[in-house]
Amino acid sequence: MAEHSDFDQVSGKTTTGHEWDGIKELNTPLPRWWVITFYLTIVWAIGYWIVYPAWPLLWSHTTGVLNYSSRADVAVELANLEKIRGDKMVALGAAPLAEIEKDPALLALARARGKTVFGDNCAPCHGSGGAGAKGYPNLNDDEWLWGGSLDQIMQTIQFGVRSGHPKAHENAMLAFGKDGVLKKDQIVTVANYVRSLSGLSTSPGYNKSAGAKIFADNCAACHGDNAKGNQELGAPDLTDKIWLYGSDEATLIETISNGRAGVMPTWVGRLDPPTIKALAVYVHSLGGGK
Amino acid sequence: MNKPVNPIDLQLEDDGPLYVAQKKVYPQSVSGTFRRIKWGLMAFCLGVYYLLPFVRWNRGLGAPDQAVLVDLPNSRFYFFFIELWPQEVYYFTGLLIVAAITLFLMNSLGGRIWCGYLCPQTVWTDLFYAVERLIEGDRRERMRKNAARGTMKLQRFSELLLKHSIWLMIAWWTGGAWVLYFNDAPTLVKQLVTFQAPMLAYIWITILTATTYLLAGFMREQVCVYMCPWPRIQAALTDEWALNVTYKYDHGEKRTSLKKANELRALGESVGDCIDCYQCVAVCPTGIDIRDGAQLDCIQCGLCIDACDTVMTKIGRETRLIGYDNDINIHRRQAGKPPIYRIVRPRTVVYSAMIACVGAFMLYALLTRTLLDVNVLHDRNPVAVKLSDGSIRNAYTVRLLNKRGFDRVIAIDIDGPVNATVHVVGVDSVTPERPMIILGRDQTTELRVLVTAPAANNPEKSVPVHFRITDIGLGEVASATDNFVTP
Repeated sequence: MAEHSDFDQVSGKTTTGHEWDGIKELNTPLPRWWVITFYLTIVWAIGYWIVYPAWPLLWSHTTGVLNYSSRADVAVELANLEKIRGDKMVALGAAPLAEIEKDPALLALARARGKTVFGDNCAPCHGSGGAGAKGYPNLNDDEWLWGGSLDQIMQTIQFGVRSGHPKAHENAMLAFGKDGVLKKDQIVTVANYVRSLSGLSTSPGYNKSAGAKIFADNCAACHGDNAKGNQELGAPDLTDKIWLYGSDEATLIETISNGRAGVMPTWVGRLDPPTIKALAVYVHSLGGGK
Repeated sequence: MNKPVNPIDLQLEDDGPLYVAQKKVYPQSVSGTFRRIKWGLMAFCLGVYYLLPFVRWNRGLGAPDQAVLVDLPNSRFYFFFIELWPQEVYYFTGLLIVAAITLFLMNSLGGRIWCGYLCPQTVWTDLFYAVERLIEGDRRERMRKNAARGTMKLQRFSELLLKHSIWLMIAWWTGGAWVLYFNDAPTLVKQLVTFQAPMLAYIWITILTATTYLLAGFMREQVCVYMCPWPRIQAALTDEWALNVTYKYDHGEKRTSLKKANELRALGESVGDCIDCYQCVAVCPTGIDIRDGAQLDCIQCGLCIDACDTVMTKIGRETRLIGYDNDINIHRRQAGKPPIYRIVRPRTVVYSAMIACVGAFMLYALLTRTLLDVNVLHDRNPVAVKLSDGSIRNAYTVRLLNKRGFDRVIAIDIDGPVNATVHVVGVDSVTPERPMIILGRDQTTELRVLVTAPAANNPEKSVPVHFRITDIGLGEVASATDNFVTP
């Protein structure tokens, strides 16, 4: 408080006695209700300390008489969410796979659910948008190793490829060079032949008829006489523009020499059936689905 | 408040109090022009507030028929013929700008018109004072009763009980009307009466009942003096031309009692019109003396004008000793010049122009508001996909907005890449080259749209692609543009 009170003739008020460079501070008292409100907020704070978790202790904190925990709140909210989601997922699980895309509500649900699950489980290999990478198929395009119909996609997701599951897709590209089936020059010839199938350039001096013979003897069993591939065996079409590992001569030689046996894990048992269904619809709706 | 204080009195106290008790105000009843205006505006404002939720407006089957409704669960705002979606809240921004500048304009024309006549705090406090006066009597009676509060009799107790009950009833209706703006009013009233309304409705009614009762019944002028920022802001907005409720001291001073004034006038001496009867102070709802000049506490309700006019008429002197006036005119009169009023001045012109501009912009936006819209978002990953035949496919998320109250069929056309084909996931259209979709009424629909074009025909790295959607029935068209990317 001020040392002494003073009176200001102009305003008719007292001053606090404080003076700075000739300017005196008027004494303008707060209204009493304001002060009371201020004290009430202090009382409220004390009440808050008692009722809610407030003070940190060495290894824990005061819990408050209500035993409230925001973490428990989150758990409840999540449980509620699961319940809401559960009901909808049951509807999804009950719908025939072919019907889901025709029902806008189910399609939206499947795509939303599928997108989340894809991000959590599939994106590490196939990329967040399913664009794939070398050795990991692009799921947006129209070429499918093991089939691009809804049922085939779901089958692949469920059991995987060379995953060890009894129902998994098993067939693999043989290592023609490493296993001594073809010699180095034969491999180069057939690699050039394969390039020629999709209109790519070939090395000078390459013998086309020799390449065709090697292909017919060794490759046609899986890839077909016309090299159009066979989805039953996971053998890719060699006449189109899509190459899982690459179409340059060196990569082709490597593929033919060492074989290819990419692995996709099995998801049955890890994801519940409606979720796998949603995932199949999502992958199918990316654009390449048949 | 600002009455001169004798310094001798202050010596008795030490340094003055740290805080002061609320000075109880007992406004006296008054009649006159401004009181009538205030009654009229009060009836209008409260009438609109309490009854508006019950006004119906036909929007067709399945849509709410309440004229003014904030439909939070469905994210819609209805105002008569206007329906706003969440992405259109900028209309509210425009509305708030217009409201703010209107306040400025009001202020530069007639001072605190908002504070004195239209502010909810003023309107409800006025209503609560009216109830108080009706039950407890006028100023003197209330002061006497309050002074004798230590010896409360049954009659006084029942008076107070009645007053607070009516106050609480008004307050309850205030909160009750508020929640009606967020729900179908007749349904909610029915639920409230049968105690089947949602808990949230009761909570909000309770909160608003409490605030109304507290602010209009007890806090009153304290809200204006201590809590509200507007008195402070308006001090910066006013200028020397603005008309404010003013005591014309050029007429009023020197204050002299009626009897003495008559004697002095008989002697030929000049005396003021003010007879120091304190009627202006008695009727003031914030308990100030207007004769101290313009001040923060004055809400400019004009009741002191009525009080003074009544007295002046009674004693046969010129009225409007207190009236809407400004310093310029006081000085002009003192200099013997006629008063002038300048309504058109740069400040008011600029404010009016701003209101007109924002208003015109909002009106334009409202009149040209699209009822069919399309937004397109290109897939980020992958940006483009090469298909087995070497052609290129881009995928887009297309969001369609149907703001009409009925379902409609739309066709999607694309234009841009050469020889492009379009496919909508999940849609087997009878016209594959031009997919058709049914858009549900009053909602958005999200589609995954695939555009495929041969790479050979599209050597450019990126070409614009236009999505045009056409309402087959109405012919309404909306379009959006994105890019078609070739890797």
